[in-house]
Amino acid sequence: MTSASAEASLDASALRERVAAFVAAHDPATTDQTDFLAARFDAGLAWVHFPAGEGGLGAPRALQSVVDHEFERLGFVPTGREGLVIGLGMAAPTILAFGTPEQRRRYLKPLYTGEEIWCQLFSEPGAGSDLAALGTRAVRGGDDWVVNGQKVWTSLAHRATWAILVTRTDPDVPKHKGMTYFICDMRAPGVDVRPLRQLTGEAEFNEVYLTDVRIPDSQRLGGIGEGWRVAQTTLMNERVSIGGHPEPREGGLIGIVAHIWRSRPELRTPGLHDAMMRLWVEAEAARLTKERLRQQLAIGQPGPEGSAAKYSFSRLNQEISGLELELLGAEGMTYDDWTFRRPQGVEFTERSAGFHYLRSKGNSIEGGTSEILRNIIAERILGLPGEIRVDKDVAWKDLPR
Amino acid sequence: MEGLAKVSETGVDLLYSEVEDDLRASVRALLADKSPAASVLARVETDQVTDTALWKELAELGVTGLPIPEELGGAGVTLREASVVAEELGRAVSPVPFLGSAVLATSALLALGDTAAETLGSLAAGETTAALAIPLATPPDAAFPSSVRAVRGALTGTVTGVVDALTADTLLVPAVRAEGPELYLVSTADVDRSAVVSLDLTRPLADLELTAAPARLLASGADAEQALRSALIAGATLLSAEQLGVAEWALETTVEYLKTRNQFGRPVGAFQALKHRLADLWVVVSQARALVRNAAGSVALGHEDAELNASLAQAFVSGAAVKATEEAVQLHGGIGFTWEHPAHLYLKRAKSDAIALGTADRHRRALARLVDLPVQ
Ligand SMILES: Cc1cc2nc3c(=O)[nH]c(=O)nc-3n(C[C@H](O)[C@H](O)[C@H](O)COP(=O)(O)OP(=O)(O)OC[C@H]3O[C@@H](n4cnc5c(N)ncnc54)[C@H](O)[C@@H]3O)c2cc1C
Repeated sequence: MTSASAEASLDASALRERVAAFVAAHDPATTDQTDFLAARFDAGLAWVHFPAGEGGLGAPRALQSVVDHEFERLGFVPTGREGLVIGLGMAAPTILAFGTPEQRRRYLKPLYTGEEIWCQLFSEPGAGSDLAALGTRAVRGGDDWVVNGQKVWTSLAHRATWAILVTRTDPDVPKHKGMTYFICDMRAPGVDVRPLRQLTGEAEFNEVYLTDVRIPDSQRLGGIGEGWRVAQTTLMNERVSIGGHPEPREGGLIGIVAHIWRSRPELRTPGLHDAMMRLWVEAEAARLTKERLRQQLAIGQPGPEGSAAKYSFSRLNQEISGLELELLGAEGMTYDDWTFRRPQGVEFTERSAGFHYLRSKGNSIEGGTSEILRNIIAERILGLPGEIRVDKDVAWKDLPR
Repeated sequence: MEGLAKVSETGVDLLYSEVEDDLRASVRALLADKSPAASVLARVETDQVTDTALWKELAELGVTGLPIPEELGGAGVTLREASVVAEELGRAVSPVPFLGSAVLATSALLALGDTAAETLGSLAAGETTAALAIPLATPPDAAFPSSVRAVRGALTGTVTGVVDALTADTLLVPAVRAEGPELYLVSTADVDRSAVVSLDLTRPLADLELTAAPARLLASGADAEQALRSALIAGATLLSAEQLGVAEWALETTVEYLKTRNQFGRPVGAFQALKHRLADLWVVVSQARALVRNAAGSVALGHEDAELNASLAQAFVSGAAVKATEEAVQLHGGIGFTWEHPAHLYLKRAKSDAIALGTADRHRRALARLVDLPVQ
């Protein structure tokens, strides 16, 4: 990555000026959002820490929030970007780190503008926490790779243009060594996306069957056999999002409970009050820890601390939404809508308390389970010895399934 | 303080009797055959969630009238035996009107003596079902409901969130008149019922609208209050038995899964972090069982601390069932978050049960009053 010195003259006030000049030239009120974002990308104001020409200015990561904040202040808040979490949060940093110049040119801009949605073809029925056990095979055939296998729990697969995909290219070496990472065209022949319904009633995620899917070698990300290393970059970024704003006090689910508490005195009891206040304090502790991490991140790369933040966030979401139902009492025994359908793009917070409770159950499974995240804290932060592994030095094909 | 001494002296039998074991075995076998998880899941989105055919089969085992005297056609046993059935129905998240009809409505009617003999006979036979027209969230120590008014023998008002009312033939309706609380019998044909979208997919709730509905007076004043209260205490006791069954299912299913799910080249149940979680859960479930047996035994014997023991059970077992089902979802990983796996039916039942007949918070408050541990 270009070092900050390349644009050493860029400081917060210089960036604010750039944003102001940009907004003056592209009125957010009259410019189409995609055009606006495309121009913003070209101006290097998408993610300022990326290199020039790739949406950034080679500026310190810390300055991204200055830029985001300034755009917001000047009236530009992009909408409808909830489908971009995987593209922005995972694909982009991975492509930046491992992509060839051509790949970066091809993929980053439409990813940023939202014209192309991304999904993550990692998990398989037999490989979840143990991602490195995956068995989707990619076999070289001329300039292409031919891919066969099944992926599961794939969020957004039904909307995605592209996927980040991890495959097994060499079954004869230990599992961490024989993987290769690709960018997969979700519209390619042989990609079959089937909805999977989840306990909320909706189908946010999918099963994806890959049958003789041809992927050009030019869509390989990283070296052959380097898939694990590339996937680690993706996963580290999964748990922290680029830039991001400081979250306000009572910004998350605790804010919803606090609002109910303030507006509906008839529900109040001393016991619930105590439970709410405990969670309120924990929510502040988690929020400020996350803010601290955000500030740290602004000057470095995501590390295992992101796992800790994600772990606290999912636990809190679950406890707070559980309390919300009990606070609501009789109303908490109802639900808004069980219809089997794709998510309607309705804000999480606008759904009923039952939905908050149920959806947040997924938080401690998606993006690495809370158990795996605790292992990461214990082993990578605390340096405790890992479990004795029986699967690390055996050829993948000889592992018990 | 005197109460406390009594609790330890009355020594409720906390084990299961042979009769109870037999009853459990026959109910479990029937449910496994007629109401497996896959068929429950298939039912929940039809407009016939309640399995009335299964209810008729349960009637043949006597489940529809366990505490109803034999001379009225019931099984003539106590709520202790009924509580074993509640455990099994919880284990199978069976969509049958046991709680609403065979526990809540039946207990209220039984408390009224002979006035409702005919209705009780028909309930015992499984020919009809009844519902107690109160919000399911009502705790035992709630004030007598006043949302329905009685004027010259006809009832007007609304009641929300009533369990098992959609399929009931008869409603037992608490109402108020100038003179005070009363209990009436109303035919559901005379009441507007609308289904509620309930969090617990396997337990339909309904809102009731009564507009000058013709009603038969069953009891008034202290008798009406007493009947309602004893129904709620019986309900809270048997609900905790159901919650125990839900928790047991969650624990057993999760243990089985973790023995067979391999990651990192070994069953995930071999990881000590998970073993400890399940060991903790087992401890909680075995404590829940003791509390449930204690509550069921004491309500069956008509002990004066039945209310205390019901609240004690509710205050603990609600959380145990929620914990167990939350762990089940989490420890199944992605598959636990799907619709096709039954874990969510249990999670939803457990969370909804935790609100039914009073939250744990509400029961802790009741306990604090009953055992003289005031806040200040
Ligand atoms: C809502 C949702 C969205 C998702 N979206 C995507 C997506 O877009 N793309 C994608 O690729 N995947 C996605 N996933 C999949 C997710 O990453 C996996 O479900 C997760 O990694 C767990 O894998 P698993 O389901 O196979 O559970 P398993 O790995 O089988 O785990 C079962 C249980 O064992 C525990 N466990 C496993 N190993 C250990 C250990 N060593 N120590 C202690 N406990 C352990 C787990 O924590 C879990 O509780 C999604 C999942 C959900 C719920």
